[in-house]
Amino acid sequence: MMQIFEYNGSALVAMVGKNCFAIASDRRLGVQLQTIATDFQRISKIHDRVFLGLSGLATDAQTLYHRLVFRHKLYQLREERDMKPETFANLVSALLYEKRFGPYFCQPVIAGLGDEDKPFICTMDSIGAKELAKDFVVAGTASESLYGACESMFKEDMEPEELFETVSQALLSSVDRDCLSGWGGHVYVV
Amino acid sequence: MSKSVIETPPKGGFSFDLCKRNEMLSKKGVNPPSFRKTGTTIVGLIFQDGVILGADTRATEGPIVCDKNCEKIHYMAPNIYCCGAGTAADTEAVTAIVILLCLCSDMVSSQLQLHRYHTGRESRVVTALTLLKRHLFNYQGYVSAALVLGGVDVTGPHLHTIYPHGSTDTLPFATMGSGSLAAMAVFESKYREGLTVSSPIPFFWSLIFLFQRNEGIELVTEAICSGIFNDLGSGSNVDICVITKGGKEYLRNHLQPNPRTYTSSKGYSFPKKTEVLLTKIIPLKEKVEIIEGGDAMEE
Amino acid sequence: MPKEQANWSPYDNNGGSCVAVAGADYCVIAADTRMSTGYNILTRDYSKICKLADKCVMASSGFQADVKALQKHLAARHLIYQHQHNKQMSCPAMAQLLSNTLYYKRFFPYYSFNVLGGLDNEGKGCVFTYDAVGSYEKVGYSSQGSGSTLIMPFLDNQLKSPSPLLLPAQDAVTPLAEAEAIDLVKTVFASASERDIYTGDKLEIVVINADGIRREYMDLRKD
Repeated sequence: MMQIFEYNGSALVAMVGKNCFAIASDRRLGVQLQTIATDFQRISKIHDRVFLGLSGLATDAQTLYHRLVFRHKLYQLREERDMKPETFANLVSALLYEKRFGPYFCQPVIAGLGDEDKPFICTMDSIGAKELAKDFVVAGTASESLYGACESMFKEDMEPEELFETVSQALLSSVDRDCLSGWGGHVYVV
Repeated sequence: MSKSVIETPPKGGFSFDLCKRNEMLSKKGVNPPSFRKTGTTIVGLIFQDGVILGADTRATEGPIVCDKNCEKIHYMAPNIYCCGAGTAADTEAVTAIVILLCLCSDMVSSQLQLHRYHTGRESRVVTALTLLKRHLFNYQGYVSAALVLGGVDVTGPHLHTIYPHGSTDTLPFATMGSGSLAAMAVFESKYREGLTVSSPIPFFWSLIFLFQRNEGIELVTEAICSGIFNDLGSGSNVDICVITKGGKEYLRNHLQPNPRTYTSSKGYSFPKKTEVLLTKIIPLKEKVEIIEGGDAMEE
Repeated sequence: MPKEQANWSPYDNNGGSCVAVAGADYCVIAADTRMSTGYNILTRDYSKICKLADKCVMASSGFQADVKALQKHLAARHLIYQHQHNKQMSCPAMAQLLSNTLYYKRFFPYYSFNVLGGLDNEGKGCVFTYDAVGSYEKVGYSSQGSGSTLIMPFLDNQLKSPSPLLLPAQDAVTPLAEAEAIDLVKTVFASASERDIYTGDKLEIVVINADGIRREYMDLRKD
C-alpha cells in the first residue's frame, strides 16, 4: 500500500518573525522514489502579501491553485482590493471542505501579512480543517522531521535575516531525513 | 442550455466529482490520506442556573500533535455554544458560520441566525439540537462530528450530546471524545445537582471571587485535566465557557498546565550557514491611502 | 469462503524515545519514562535504560515485553562471559552480542529499537544504533523510538558528523563538552514531547564517563 501524499513528496514550512514571515519549500518533484524535477515550485504568490504553498499530489495542487487564483481574481474584480490572508484561508478551507467526500489530495500552507504588517500563517488538512498557529506550521512528507526541527530552533520575534537562517536550517536538516523531498529549497521572506 | 464551462462561485453543498477518481485510486491500492482529528476531551454540565462547557486544546494527526492550542468550543448563537470532537474539519464546518456562508446557506449556524431575525427572539437550544442532528443524520455518520451542545434559553439551561450518526442525549452532565471516560470518572464521583453559581459580581468583589471559585468551573476544569493528563489524544490547555441566563463568559485558556519544560539558556547557533544560491528582492506595492471628501475636487 | 485468520498480534507498541550522544571522554544516553499503549498511559515512571556492563548501557523503546526479554537474555550472557573471562564485557563486544541476539530471532523479531552507549577500551565515548533485526552501526549520536523522526534532524543540524565513507576514517564522536551534550539532549526531548504524544512525563539521562555512571532526571510534559 502506498500513501497518496507520498507519490510526489514535498516539504513545506512557514514561520512567523517580527512583522514578517517566511515560507519555504523543497525543490524536488518525484514519482515515488524516482526524481522527476529538481527545480519545482511549490509556493506561489497570490498577491504581494499572501503566499500559498501546496504539498501533496502535484496534479491536485495545480488544479486547486488555478481554482484559487480564479476565485481571487473574481474577488479583486468585485472588491477592487486584495484578499486579506484570513479571508484567503477561509476561501481555501471552503473549497477543500466542499470536496469532503472526495478530497483533493493536498495540504496547503498559507502565509501572509495582514493589517499593520501582522503576520498570519495557517495550514490545513486535505479537507480544510484550519490550523492557525502563532509560531510555525509545516506540511508534506517531511512534516514530522520539520515539527521536530522547528520546535527546537524557533525563537519568538526574529528579524528577517535570522528568520531566513532558521527556516532554511530547519528545512535543510529535515529534508535530509526524508527520502521523498530534497534538492535544496525556495525560501520567501516577506 | 449547455452548462457554463467556467465554474461559478458559491453554489453550496458538497461536491462529489473527485469521488470516482479517488475510489479508483484506493482500489489500486493507494491509501487515502488521514484527516486531522481532535482526539479530544469535551465536557459539559448543568449548574444552578446555567451551563458550563469545557474542552482541551490539542489536535492530532496520528501520533503527532499538529495544533497545541486549537479552539474546540464553537459559537452557535449568543446563548448557545457547542464543543466538537471527531474530524476537525467536520466539527468546524458543522458549526462555523464563515465557512457555511461560502458553502451552504442551509447549514446550522447561519440558519439559526435567520431564525433569530425571523422571530426576533433568542434561539432555543432544542432548535440548534434539531438542526444539528438532522444534518448529521442526513449524512449517515459520514460527517464524523461528536458534539456537546449547551445553552440557556427561555425554558432554562440545556445540555445535549450528539453522536455522529445523529442520535442525541439530554443529560445533566456529559462527556465526549477519546478522553470521555477519564472525564466521566470525575463527574460521576463529584457531580451533584445545584452546584453554586457566581452571579455577575461588581468589580471590587472580583478579588474575593478569585478565592471562592465557582464550584462548577472547578469541576469542569478537573474533568478536562483528567482527560488531558490520562488520555494521550487530549492535551495542552483548558478552555471553558460559562453560559448563564444573563450572559456568557468565554474563558479561553482558563488553565495552562503544560508549559514547555525546558529551553536552553543560551540558545543554539547554526554550525554551518545556509548556502544562498540566488537572492531576488521584489518590492511590495506601495499602499495608497484614499482620503474621501475634502476639497480635492476644487480645480 | 475466505480463510478466517487470527485477528491478534503478538506485538504491541509501547512508545517512547531514546537518544544517545558520544563525546571524547563521555557518553550520554537518555530516554523518556512514559510507557503507553494506544491512547492510554500505562505508567509514567518506567525506565527504558538498562545497564548491561560497567561501561555499557542500552536504551530501548518498542514492545516492553520483548525489551524485558532481551535485557534478561543479555544479562545472562554477560554473566556467563564474566564467569568465563573474569572481566566485564567491553562496549563494542556487547554491541556485537546485541546484534547477534537480535538477528538470531530474524523471523520472529524482538520488537525493540535500541541504542547502545558506553565507553570503549580507550575510554572514548561510543554509540551503536540498531534496527529490530540486528543491523547495527557505530555512530557519534543517534535516536530511536516514536519521537526519533522529530529528534534526528536537529541532532544532525547541531552535531553533523563526517561521512563514514571518508578516507582516512574520521572520528565520529561529537565535539561538544559533556554539559553541552546534556543541554542538547534536554532540548530535543522538550521539543519531542511537545509534538509526539508517546514521549513525555520524565526524562532519564545516564552519563557515563571515567568516574562511572551518573543518572539525572528532568520533568517533561505530562499530557
